[in-house]
Amino acid sequence: MSSSALTGSQAQRAATVLVPRRRSWLPERTQSFLLLLPSFVAIAIFVYVFIAMTLYVSISNWRTLKMDLSLGQPPYATYLSMFAQPRFQADLRNTLVFTILFMGLAVLIGLALAILLDRNLRGRAVFRNIFLFPYALSFVVTGVAWRWIFNPETGINLFFNILGINPLLSQFGLEPLKPGWTTDPTVWLQVNKVLAAVWPPAAGLRVQLGIPAAIIPVAIAAVWQLSGFVMAMYTGGMATISDEVRQAARIDGATEGEIYRHIIIPMLKPVTISIVVLLLHTSLKIFDLVFTMAGPGPGFATDVPAIFVFEQTFRATRYNLGSAAAIFMLVLSGLVIVPYLRHSLKEG
Amino acid sequence: MTVEPASAAIKPAARISVVQGFTWLVLLLALGFYLMPVFVMVNNGLKEATNVSVSTMWNLPGQLTGGGFAEAARKLWPNMQNSVLMVVPATILSSLIGALNGYLLSKWKFRGADILFIVMLFGFFIPYQTILLPMVRFLQIIKLYGTLPGLVLVHVVYGLPITTLMFRNYFAGVPTELVEAACVDGAGIMTTFTRIMLPLSIPAFVVVAIFQFTNIWNDFLFGVIVVPNPSAQPITIALNNLSGNFSVDWNVVMAGALIAALPTALIYFLLGRFFIRGLLAGSVKG
Repeated sequence: MSSSALTGSQAQRAATVLVPRRRSWLPERTQSFLLLLPSFVAIAIFVYVFIAMTLYVSISNWRTLKMDLSLGQPPYATYLSMFAQPRFQADLRNTLVFTILFMGLAVLIGLALAILLDRNLRGRAVFRNIFLFPYALSFVVTGVAWRWIFNPETGINLFFNILGINPLLSQFGLEPLKPGWTTDPTVWLQVNKVLAAVWPPAAGLRVQLGIPAAIIPVAIAAVWQLSGFVMAMYTGGMATISDEVRQAARIDGATEGEIYRHIIIPMLKPVTISIVVLLLHTSLKIFDLVFTMAGPGPGFATDVPAIFVFEQTFRATRYNLGSAAAIFMLVLSGLVIVPYLRHSLKEG
Repeated sequence: MTVEPASAAIKPAARISVVQGFTWLVLLLALGFYLMPVFVMVNNGLKEATNVSVSTMWNLPGQLTGGGFAEAARKLWPNMQNSVLMVVPATILSSLIGALNGYLLSKWKFRGADILFIVMLFGFFIPYQTILLPMVRFLQIIKLYGTLPGLVLVHVVYGLPITTLMFRNYFAGVPTELVEAACVDGAGIMTTFTRIMLPLSIPAFVVVAIFQFTNIWNDFLFGVIVVPNPSAQPITIALNNLSGNFSVDWNVVMAGALIAALPTALIYFLLGRFFIRGLLAGSVKG
């Protein structure tokens, strides 16, 4: 590093003596453009052309191994049948429930850990390192480990015996506690009737709207993996807030709790926005974790759009249906990402 | 409850220790939550096939032997090699090209350079489900479908947006006078890059390379789509197959999960500072 800095200052000194000369016929800006061209072309093909192709397949009649690129009648026919499918409706419900659970818990836990460790505490670095560690792992590793922890025959359920809860229940002649976790098809708090009363078209829904019990363990595993990331983001944000801010508040008589509630957390709003957008984006396209931990689940209780795309496209060879779901995912994450990119690029 | 006199009676020092006690309690509970899956993997991975049972998951292994590690290592070794053969070239190429792009986009802006950058950056945020089907067709046409080079190509191309962003941000902080001076001295665009900017960017290069290594090693989707042949698959896919195979004892699966996690875990604990910088650079856009 230091040697190249030296080269720079030498060059600067030399500049006053030497006459500038060009090494190439082409102006530098043109060279720069030409050097970027291969990357740009690759992205143009792999991102934009491919998306256009998927979009086209989604409005075509291609739904078997035999390629059929004729346009559907009407072109959006596949989308209509997709939204009418109980499985896809379940996916939308699951994505909504998963997103709320996962994001809510990850942000709260991450923020709490960042605040608890935002002081001189023995072993602070060790705590931070351990809390962030799952972020370095593959979703597949997480899925495999948590799949066993939430296996009804072992894992968490053993604690109901170890802690004496089940022996106690059996003494009273009650059934032992043995949740099925990811294998449980129950949907809690069904709101179909309520919704249909308020909004009649909802009566046509072919899925039980509510909280699928099986999605909760998956959300917990996702929180385990990503709450450390939230903590690290907040820790990074807190490091940029100068101590003078806190000192001034303390002099004014604010308690530590008030300092966080009224000063630090509001100042961290840009970090919070980044975290929410990134977690939302992760949640909308989540695949590996759900696929390895639970799969589509009983009655599609843990199915998500990404698994739907995978199975329709690469297992069932219903290419137009898989593509339509993929385009739907793109639109959904575009709604989150485009305003965010616009905002942060404007600032940068 | 009589809250009023109690809070008045607690002296400031005592109140601080209550807060501290609470902090420690919460931190230790959190520690239990974060370490539990790691404990499950280590504890059961170390058990022998004969004494691994679902009803004794939380019991410690009786005697310390190799447990499921030897068999897991034997089963996963070819896939481990595949992962290395994929991740090393993909990391180096995507970081190098990203460095060049970032340098050009920050120091040699042509008309429309900023728009071009945003158009590229968008590629980082798409759900990859949107491109899988055409990508498979494309790889089949160029005869790279089902091969590791095909997987490397995919990881390099889809890695470019984020590596370009990270290097562009880094080079934006490097004084432009350095580039101008080098050019006046007769160095061209590429010479300035290879001789001055690239050596200067080594700290950023480490951050980007770690970021890419972790992402590519941990990938599942591209691996499972691009390489259907089990013997050519990266380790994450092999681990998932192992876990779904009912004839494999689960002490082997737990040991396998640890083996698959080892490279990124090592990087995390040895180069944690760079890892966190990559996390922040890769997530705070702009």
